[in-house]
Amino acid sequence: MAASLPSPQTIARTELPNGITLLVYENHNSPSVVIGGSLWAGSLAEAPEQAGLANLTAGMLMRGTTTRTFSQINQALESVGAQLSFRAGVHTVGFGGKALAEDLDLLLDILADCLQHPTFPPDEAERLQGQILTDLQQRAHDTRRMARLTFDALLYPDHPYGRSVQGYEETVSTLVRDDLEGYYRHHYSPEGMIGVVVGAMAAGEVLEKVQARLGGWQAPAATPNRSIPPAVRLNEPRRQAVLVAGKTQSDIVLGWPALARTDPDFIKANLTNTVLGVFGMMGRLGDSLRDQQGLAYYVYSRLEAGLGAGPWLTVAGVNPTNVERTIDGIRHEIRRLRDQPLPAEELADSQSFLTGSMPLRLETNEGVAGILLEMERYGLGLDYLERYADLVNAVTVQDVREMARKYLDPEVYALAIAGP
Amino acid sequence: MAILKQTLDNGLTVLLKESHHAPVTTFWIWYRVGSRNEVPGITGIAHWAEHMLFKGSAAFPKGEIDRQIARNGGVMNGLTWLDFTTFFETLPADRIDLGLRIEADRMVNALFDPQEVALERTVIISERQGAENDPAFLLNEEVVGAAFRVHPYHHETIGDLCDLERIGHADLWRHYQTYYGPDNAIAVAVGDFDAAQMLACITERFGPLPARSAPPPVNRPEPPQRGERRVVLEGPGMTAYLQAAYKAPPAAHPDFFPMAVLSTILTGAGGMNLFAPPPPNRSSRLYRALVETGLAAGVTGSLAPMLDPYLYNIVVIVRAGRSLEEVEAAFEAEMDRILAEPISADELQTAIKQSKAQFAYSSESVTNQGFWLGFSSVVADTDWFELFLDRLAAVTVEEVSRVANSYLSRRNRTVGHYVPLGL
Repeated sequence: MAASLPSPQTIARTELPNGITLLVYENHNSPSVVIGGSLWAGSLAEAPEQAGLANLTAGMLMRGTTTRTFSQINQALESVGAQLSFRAGVHTVGFGGKALAEDLDLLLDILADCLQHPTFPPDEAERLQGQILTDLQQRAHDTRRMARLTFDALLYPDHPYGRSVQGYEETVSTLVRDDLEGYYRHHYSPEGMIGVVVGAMAAGEVLEKVQARLGGWQAPAATPNRSIPPAVRLNEPRRQAVLVAGKTQSDIVLGWPALARTDPDFIKANLTNTVLGVFGMMGRLGDSLRDQQGLAYYVYSRLEAGLGAGPWLTVAGVNPTNVERTIDGIRHEIRRLRDQPLPAEELADSQSFLTGSMPLRLETNEGVAGILLEMERYGLGLDYLERYADLVNAVTVQDVREMARKYLDPEVYALAIAGP
Repeated sequence: MAILKQTLDNGLTVLLKESHHAPVTTFWIWYRVGSRNEVPGITGIAHWAEHMLFKGSAAFPKGEIDRQIARNGGVMNGLTWLDFTTFFETLPADRIDLGLRIEADRMVNALFDPQEVALERTVIISERQGAENDPAFLLNEEVVGAAFRVHPYHHETIGDLCDLERIGHADLWRHYQTYYGPDNAIAVAVGDFDAAQMLACITERFGPLPARSAPPPVNRPEPPQRGERRVVLEGPGMTAYLQAAYKAPPAAHPDFFPMAVLSTILTGAGGMNLFAPPPPNRSSRLYRALVETGLAAGVTGSLAPMLDPYLYNIVVIVRAGRSLEEVEAAFEAEMDRILAEPISADELQTAIKQSKAQFAYSSESVTNQGFWLGFSSVVADTDWFELFLDRLAAVTVEEVSRVANSYLSRRNRTVGHYVPLGL
């Protein structure tokens, strides 16, 4: 069977009058349907002393509406094997769900109800708050999560990217029901909302269903926060160790401020990251620190390019006695990438990985929905997948070296270590 | 699409399923060996041997497998668990022969270089230490260890630290020579191919490999449990965990299906996606009794299909400010209810529909299908997978009551408490 990429011919894109952009892609090979999307109601708009407010608000959307209780919502979805969830990020609140195609109406009914008519019942708010506080307690004793939390704060001081979306015990415990209701009223709006539907359903029919349920939504009191926080610079190395007592492994996060997904450097930087800590078994980092030195079960790098300039980071979990050796090893690989030309074959390997793995990413409805959302969120164009291979293949050995020199500094970095 | 099943002359079982929804194919090799086959002194060896199959052969030197698969736009991995060791490659359909070549080669030609064995020891100890950072891992290790005194399900697949420090090259080589061979393996392909052609390719690659002698049987069945067992584990943190593990029927036992209905009603439908978290279980009985009442922050359950009798495992995260005793009392009340009163016909129908949806979702991915097809064949047979939904649909309310009373009694379980010591 020939590979058919989602393209301007096969993606139905519609802008509803109230500001919602809807993308629909038909796939009749499986009896299921996946929905996804986002609204501009992330943690960016919350005050630092109320950190966790956006997250708690998003979590409450499904916990009671004017016509349904939390348990009625759960019962309705789960009795047909459907699922729906909302999750706050820094910029947006994302949602995702799936159902058998025969149950799409139900899924959309509940999505629309939760978005437009949440009631924030006090007893449910108290319960969810308790669950989040328990999770924050667990976080405090989790070396992976503490290393990352510390790294973000170190790299982005006094900046929304340095704050935890989940919040902190002292901020989450002060939040009350009215805070949630107020956050909802001021920030949840169809303006700029993106919705994606992928599955066994005619596109025209999907549009009608969404229009009928969300087309009339107006939120005059809300101003969706679409601002992008400024990029930060790192002028001196920063290092912080957090004690997590009684553990057998330490976790390390070492990284730099980098770039936005819309930055012209993105494709080149992403390829560089693939070489550094993704390709095969975690790229050059995995090869050197795991395979050659036997130091770590996991060591990798990740470029988190989002709406603003997110971090580029390396991560490793190692025995506490090997922390310094691992940091030196990571810095050594950074130096090598900056100082020595990348062998042409290594570049070609990463290029064929990035282009060749696209059919796998597009295999499931969820995979397609994720890529459609990315296209719309970052304005990549509906023909992005058709252009993608050319973009990746245009990257040169010089580009990779330039990206490493521009973004990755072996002397000036933020470093967080969490462990015993 | 039906499953084509063949056995090659050298004993290799081949299972093929065409699936033409995307231009992708997955290829799996399943070995009938896992930590179930280990004895004290060499615990963790099955998993370690799996790692060594990535460390090179003459045809694919170290690093070559990762590189070639990635270069061809594929993904691959190896997994070891109690009943099996398995390897897979998922690739664009026209490149799947690479997966066949890799697996045929390392079934017999892996080098097990002593220096690589030494390097991998620290990687595996690091894997174990990473897991030990999680209280849920530590508690599970204690509970399962207490539940199985005789049967080798007693120890975790990762192995005990003392054995990981001691196992040597000779042990690993013996393991490889004993268990890796076509007659102890199942080859599975699912994806965009013609089954007859795929069978010919597999026969060409694997047909010449010699059969080995039969591996030693596992014959230490667990004696019946005659009373509740309890373990208490203290450790760092602020959060308490409750675990209850009930001895459960193996996959091939007729009681497995009513038990699956019970586990769906109590703790939610099990997910069938290998790489995704389980679906939400907020309408399940234990969620409503423990989380909706504000006693717990979460509850999960798992009933794994296994070769030998294993466990229906329930884990509860105690909410901040609540105690293990309060949570256990509410848990007890809910478990008493399912023993005392029959489930409703609605609950039964819902459980069946939930499983149907999970099956449909998982069929979107050939990798998932390959996983379930191979898994089923190791723990039961291919019918187990093909007839799963039919067998579930045939379960009656009466059977569920009978099975609840046989398996969910206190006498049949091991309870564990993780008591956090504060900072």
